[in-house]
Amino acid sequence: MDVIITNLGLLINATLIATPPLLFAGLGSCFSERSGVVNIGIEGMMTIGAFIGAVAGLYTGNGWIAFLCGGLAGAVLGIIHAIVCISFHADQTIAGTAINFLGTGLALFLCKALFDNSSDTPALDPASKLPKIFEGVFKTGSFGSNVLNVYGVAYLVFVLAFVCWFVFYKTKFGAHLRAVGEHPEACESIGIDVYKVRYTCVILSGFMAGLGGAFVTLATINQFRPNVIVGQGFIAIAAVIFGKFTPHGTTWACLLFGLCTGIKTLASMSNTVSPNLISMIPYVVTIIALILFVGRANAPAANGKPFVKAR
Amino acid sequence: MKKKLMAVLLSTAMVFSMVACGGSDNSDAETTTDSTATTQETTEETTASSDVKIGLVTDVGGVNDGSFNQSAWEGLQRANEDLGIEVNYLESKTDSDYTPNIEQFMDEEYDLIICVGYMLADATRTAAEANPDQKFAIIDDASCSDLDNVSCLMFKQEQASYLVGYVAGLTTESNKVGFVLGMENETMNQFGYGFCAGVKDANADAEILQANANSFADSATGKSNANTMITNGADVIFHAAGATGLGVIEACQEAGIKAIGVDSDQSSIAPDTIITSAMKRVDNAVYDAAKSIVEGSYTAGVITYDLSMGGVDIAPTTDLLSEETIAAVNEVKEKILSGEITVPSNKDEFEAAYGDIYTLDK
Repeated sequence: MDVIITNLGLLINATLIATPPLLFAGLGSCFSERSGVVNIGIEGMMTIGAFIGAVAGLYTGNGWIAFLCGGLAGAVLGIIHAIVCISFHADQTIAGTAINFLGTGLALFLCKALFDNSSDTPALDPASKLPKIFEGVFKTGSFGSNVLNVYGVAYLVFVLAFVCWFVFYKTKFGAHLRAVGEHPEACESIGIDVYKVRYTCVILSGFMAGLGGAFVTLATINQFRPNVIVGQGFIAIAAVIFGKFTPHGTTWACLLFGLCTGIKTLASMSNTVSPNLISMIPYVVTIIALILFVGRANAPAANGKPFVKAR
Repeated sequence: MKKKLMAVLLSTAMVFSMVACGGSDNSDAETTTDSTATTQETTEETTASSDVKIGLVTDVGGVNDGSFNQSAWEGLQRANEDLGIEVNYLESKTDSDYTPNIEQFMDEEYDLIICVGYMLADATRTAAEANPDQKFAIIDDASCSDLDNVSCLMFKQEQASYLVGYVAGLTTESNKVGFVLGMENETMNQFGYGFCAGVKDANADAEILQANANSFADSATGKSNANTMITNGADVIFHAAGATGLGVIEACQEAGIKAIGVDSDQSSIAPDTIITSAMKRVDNAVYDAAKSIVEGSYTAGVITYDLSMGGVDIAPTTDLLSEETIAAVNEVKEKILSGEITVPSNKDEFEAAYGDIYTLDK
């Protein structure tokens, strides 16, 4: 029984480490995609968020301010993406790819410029990271410590997921953003400012991707390196498609990916199964889930199509 | 108007990303050409070393991996400063870049092409066989040792791992230590053999918890692996897992236990947590290879960098270790140098001496 409880604790702990970055980025991506702007620049936005988060942590010594700065850095890239895609009707996939290059390249460039040609930032002091809840309340390694003594943000992100769901389905803005992604011409005809809605959504998506990146450098580890994000932005996009472009679907998809990381960790301790097979778990589960339970992913009708205002 | 604006915007973005990508192609490379030019002028008669060009082909890690690609490039930059040779690198983004990168250096008539990592073994062999006059060096691979234009730079990482294992064995109070591996293969397993041997020799009662994260870039998995070990009672954890290991170190820091770093002296990442590191001086090996070209003493075949040559070592930072531990480790180090202790470097040697307690190998 004790073994089961311990392992359950570890599983939840691993899930709470792996899920938040994906979920932040994924929820943001929902806004962008549902408003009709494809954003594959999530990876670049996460990387710049991770970098600026770490740097702000170094200079301010306050985890929350640093976390917010990471988000704002992502939002800046979001603004660029929005201008290029919305105002100038550029191809959204190409613009997103450029954002990926820009984000990762700029982070490395600035890092080298600021820190004496080094590609990693100096390590953060534990006090300037995001705070943990229940620090020191539970014995290290106990169930309580593994489940509850985690970074507060790891729980906050689920509150955010609920807020996103609320915004999507219970507010006027949510109705507008969903409509804009399906039929922008119709929206314009009834007086919704398509550009304004899309700008808001794309910048929000950059902000949240930045938060996801900052979580990695301010909670998971304590410094920025060029390879701390690698691939997570794309997994977040996969989670959004998997979750049928809805906040709640995305949450479940991100949790599934996170849970698989937990299973992977526990399985890799026994060394009886080939580690290569274990590494396949998240992807195999995704494919099976896609085939059996999800069915067709319904992308918004106007997703990826530039909208030109009627003169 | 809008079109023009967009053109300006896009080209700015492009320039930025180019600058950023080329950021690593830093001023050193430029100063190289400058300083070469000046040295050429001053020492023209002596066919100066400035004519020598050495190229580095990285594996998919790139020169900023914070690990051995970076270390190799630092060694080459040092050679550039000390010896006045021209140096350059090409990063491989995918496995399919190895051959084109090697060919580019060959086209530009580089004197020596250094390939970083066992992943380039096949590409190096093909190129070396087709171009017998071109000199190569490859790090962490001995499969090309039969060719007379490839110098194989090997490391005895098990010796450094043995020393940190010895430290771990002496430090642990719970008699449980952890080991997180980045990937299972011959070279990486040597870290495990050395570590387990060191732990057992220092503390026969110690149990070694082991996990294979199967990635060098997944810090979340590294953190979860370490948390699992901590929950199971480990109080010292050694990682040989690149960026995955950052997660391991962070988990140790949060739990207030000890961690052991790898490749370079990682103490600065968590000064109160990292008690020591197993260092692998790829930079020294690359520097020596460059020097051998300048001095005309290049030799093909396997060159093994061990403790005696400064190729591997235990980190100089010892702030968190007790006097007794430092003394004991120095004693063991002497014994390895004198040949009194032979650290096992493969499955057979290890299992003959310690039994099948290292479970991550096949």
